[in-house]
Amino acid sequence: MSLLRLDGITRRFGGLVAVDNVSLEIPAQHLSAIIGPNGAGKTTLFNMIAGFARPSAGRVHFDGDEITGLAPEAIARRGLIRTFQLVQLFEGLTVLENVKVGCHLHTRGGLLAALLPTRAARAEEALVESEARQLLAETNLEAQAETLAAALPYGQKRLLEITRALAARPRLLLLDEPAAGLNRQETDLLAALLRRIVDSGTAILLIEHDMSLVMNVADEIAVLDFGRLIARGKPDEVRRNSDVIAAYLGSAEVADA
Amino acid sequence: MNSLISIWADRRANWVTFALWGLATAFVAYVFVAGGYLITVLQFALIYTVLVTGLNVFMGFTGQVSFGHNAFAAIGGYSSAVLAATYGWEPLPAGLVGLAGSLIVAFIIGYPVLRLRGHYLAMATLAIGLIVYEVAVQWQSVTQGYMGISGIPPIGIGRWSIMSDRGLLAFLLLAAALALLSAAGIRRSRLGRAFVAAAGSEDAARALGIDVARYKLIAFMISAAYASIAGSLFAYTVGFVSPEVFGLQMVVLAFTMLYVGGLGTVTGPALGAIIISVLPESFRAFKDYQDLAYGAALIVILIYAPRGLASLPDLWGKWRRRTA
Repeated sequence: MSLLRLDGITRRFGGLVAVDNVSLEIPAQHLSAIIGPNGAGKTTLFNMIAGFARPSAGRVHFDGDEITGLAPEAIARRGLIRTFQLVQLFEGLTVLENVKVGCHLHTRGGLLAALLPTRAARAEEALVESEARQLLAETNLEAQAETLAAALPYGQKRLLEITRALAARPRLLLLDEPAAGLNRQETDLLAALLRRIVDSGTAILLIEHDMSLVMNVADEIAVLDFGRLIARGKPDEVRRNSDVIAAYLGSAEVADA
Repeated sequence: MNSLISIWADRRANWVTFALWGLATAFVAYVFVAGGYLITVLQFALIYTVLVTGLNVFMGFTGQVSFGHNAFAAIGGYSSAVLAATYGWEPLPAGLVGLAGSLIVAFIIGYPVLRLRGHYLAMATLAIGLIVYEVAVQWQSVTQGYMGISGIPPIGIGRWSIMSDRGLLAFLLLAAALALLSAAGIRRSRLGRAFVAAAGSEDAARALGIDVARYKLIAFMISAAYASIAGSLFAYTVGFVSPEVFGLQMVVLAFTMLYVGGLGTVTGPALGAIIISVLPESFRAFKDYQDLAYGAALIVILIYAPRGLASLPDLWGKWRRRTA
């Protein structure tokens, strides 16, 4: 059964149809990608899945339950965690604290735990600390644990946002152009990280307009153009699809490159 | 105690941190010994420490704006004054009634208002302060209007009450220390991280499952509780409340203390409250130019330490690295 299912999702802004009747199934245990040129409606589609925008029509199901129109935090609670195209870190917090915020959903402490360091409260805090440090070790950010997030170089900011999302223990991770602004080497490291995440059981859906990352790591690719789904399949199939070549790549030369 | 130790063992701590604390401790010790007028000044600063610490939870940690926290100080202060002076209640239960009242009002107002953003929220909180002020003026049968309520008994339990100025100072020191400790505890907890996350990026916080509207309301209520306690402390310390005591002047003063001390820092409210209380006094020799000197000093502080006195250790660290 699919983990995420979109049925006829549509979003209109006045006369403009940003996302037009998109139906798509995203399986568990897979790294799926949605590609399309800038302005194809990818981020709008993402916003509707994660609750940041309401669909004008259509339904979203996650793990069998309808989540259409739920608040972002309610959708996150179900295990669907997103990142942002423009990195959204808590800049005044350290790298470690950012990841600790990611642990919010699977911890409980409230005001009482904040005021009285009971045994339970301290145990939970110790757990959060070790979990956050372990995640930072996995993404090679441990040396920066005490650095303010604002002071990180750009590539590491992107990495931190993904690390923080992982701390929320997502079942499906939505990544909005995770490779944007990364250099070649950083993109390769990112690809390897994404593969490790999927292999450990977390499904990923990412959107990109940069083809190189997607073609390397995705199990399944869907292609969006002017808000419409024009193709889907394995990377090789998509690469050879004549509609994709015409609409997205523009010319056959790019596809051969 | 954990949080007290962690204030001291701040990873960015350096000799400036200790110098600031040393100065504050020396000043408190001096006032204790010397007595006189400075005791009143310091008592005032400690009450404001409680108020500003609460304001900091809402404004500094959670990144919101409130011009109306004087309302909660007024609710706490008037509840204590009316119940203790007019009805002969014990100070503690009277203060608790004020606290409960403040929490209820904060909930009723915060629930709809905190869905507003930016200027709208600020305007709405300003209105709360003005409304409570008007109530204090107009509800004469209870509040005695502009006259205010005097003859409020000193703080105490049963037959024991704190009569001496030094005893009261010690009590207020304890209250201010508890305020700082609890704020430090909040800042380091899951709750405080949710506050700071909401301040940093509401979208990112929500994407991680944090119900931002709910946490803003919690922060608002917590800060209202501090303000209410500060209002009660004021009533029992001074023995008198009036609408003017909790007027807009209180908001201006609290804002100045918060920004001069360091918005969003744990120790800033205490540093700001003490400096802003003492600064005008120390320019007394300037006579007619006292206000001018005070204003100039504020400007100098905000130019050279725009993130407040609590950021001085950071500034020193940066300066050292640049010159090293």
